[in-house]
Amino acid sequence: MSAPVLEIVDLRKSFEENLVLHDVNLIVSEHTATVLIGASGSGKSTLLRCINLLEPIDDGLILLDGQEISDPAIDVDLIRRKLGIVFQSFNLFPHMTIRENITLAPIKVQRKSRDEANELADGLLKRFDLLEKADEYPDRLSGGQQQRAAIIRSIAVNPRLLLLDEVTSALDPVLVNEVLSIVRDLKSDGMTMVLATHEMGFATQVADQVCFLESGLILERGTPEEVLRSPSHPKTKEFLKRVHEAGRL
Amino acid sequence: MVSNTTPWSPSAREREREIYRKNLQARKRVIALISTVLVLGTFSAILLTSPGWDSVKTTFFDLDYGKEVFPTVIRGLVVNIQLTLIGGAAIGIIALALALLKTTKSPALTPFRFIATAYIDIFRGAPLILIILLVGFGVPALRIQGLTNNVIVLGTIAVVLTYSAYVAEVIRSGILSVHQSQRAAARSLGLTSRQTMRYVVLPQAIRRVIPPLLNDFVSLLKDTGLVSILGVTDAVRAAQINASRTFNYTPYVVAAILFLLITIPLTRFIDRQIRLRSEKQNSEGLA
Repeated sequence: MSAPVLEIVDLRKSFEENLVLHDVNLIVSEHTATVLIGASGSGKSTLLRCINLLEPIDDGLILLDGQEISDPAIDVDLIRRKLGIVFQSFNLFPHMTIRENITLAPIKVQRKSRDEANELADGLLKRFDLLEKADEYPDRLSGGQQQRAAIIRSIAVNPRLLLLDEVTSALDPVLVNEVLSIVRDLKSDGMTMVLATHEMGFATQVADQVCFLESGLILERGTPEEVLRSPSHPKTKEFLKRVHEAGRL
Repeated sequence: MVSNTTPWSPSAREREREIYRKNLQARKRVIALISTVLVLGTFSAILLTSPGWDSVKTTFFDLDYGKEVFPTVIRGLVVNIQLTLIGGAAIGIIALALALLKTTKSPALTPFRFIATAYIDIFRGAPLILIILLVGFGVPALRIQGLTNNVIVLGTIAVVLTYSAYVAEVIRSGILSVHQSQRAAARSLGLTSRQTMRYVVLPQAIRRVIPPLLNDFVSLLKDTGLVSILGVTDAVRAAQINASRTFNYTPYVVAAILFLLITIPLTRFIDRQIRLRSEKQNSEGLA
């Protein structure tokens, strides 16, 4: 066993009166993929945003490689350089070409030269079959291409941990696969990931551990086999039944 | 696709529809023409046959007098244009600084945020003509050594002070219109808040507010005419000098026409920009 990349201890988060996460404990080891499942509003996205320090937490600990990043005295910019996050709505910068989107952080944050950053970007674009779109602006790309570009943008800074927040939810069903195949490739590269998704089939393929969230609590966790094939908690069963009825399993 | 289909010729029904559409179009054009000739013809007839028309013509539209004053008025207009260009550059810089200060969350800049807010409140709310009078006549009255008494410079300063407040608010609204998710995306890549503002938020904000900024630019050109009250010989003042000498108001009309020759094409251009932009946004919305 390698040391955990991410460790979450008794995390608690509320928005005003609304308790959205409580008693969340999670360990993510290196080179593993942790999949968060659960209904909309169960707290998956909030958990990812807390890990990325986009949301302050109310209590508990978040440790990245053993360092407490929930410490308010920490330099958040420094921590965020080690974390990548991809959003449901892509959030590419519309005034920049795809290549500029990808090279912005390597140039401005990691202080790479423009040539070096372009070389890195073009290498990744080529690998994920998007090189011919390098000089296009995001609005000229399909949703699937935009999301692939967004994933490339976040891995270009070599994050220690990649967070994927329902990256296929805003996509046409026919475009989902091209995005998922990138995630599969990253997983086989050994990228450590935490992802929230509604794609159960995909979860089964990539997950090392699956966590089922319900009302801000991790109700059940285990291997995909355990949680998705033979869930023990009645709420998990009910959720999977509803997903199955919706034709997503 | 289309290339594989057999050559197409319109069906009999389609040809009927086409004839009907053409007739309809022709009828609409005839109605528009008749209506226009009738209405405009009536108005001009009333105007030209009214008893006062001759005196209106000689007082406002004296062609020979217009030609005579044209060179002095256009020399004045050059002052307005210079003032607009130099003032516009200064306004751009000051307004950007004010907008950034007003939106900053940096604790060290808190006093500057207060100052920027107060500045914008004051200069956006006070009549421009009052500021021009205060600066143009008030500053020389201080008799401070080294401070200029040049009315052109003082007039420009007054206009810049006021317009910086207007433009700062326009830029700030642009900054606020950039969606929070853009900031989140930039910050999650490790960009600092300053880098996020500079490379992600501001470029999008400025692009969005270009049409309102151009509108302010047109207003600026017109409002430079107000510095004439300080005695600056701009187009308005040049016209006024001539008009008060002869009690013929043609010079004012000449000045107005000269302003319109610049402002009308400029506003048409801006309207076109706004239309193109909204069309682009609509097509993006459909995608």
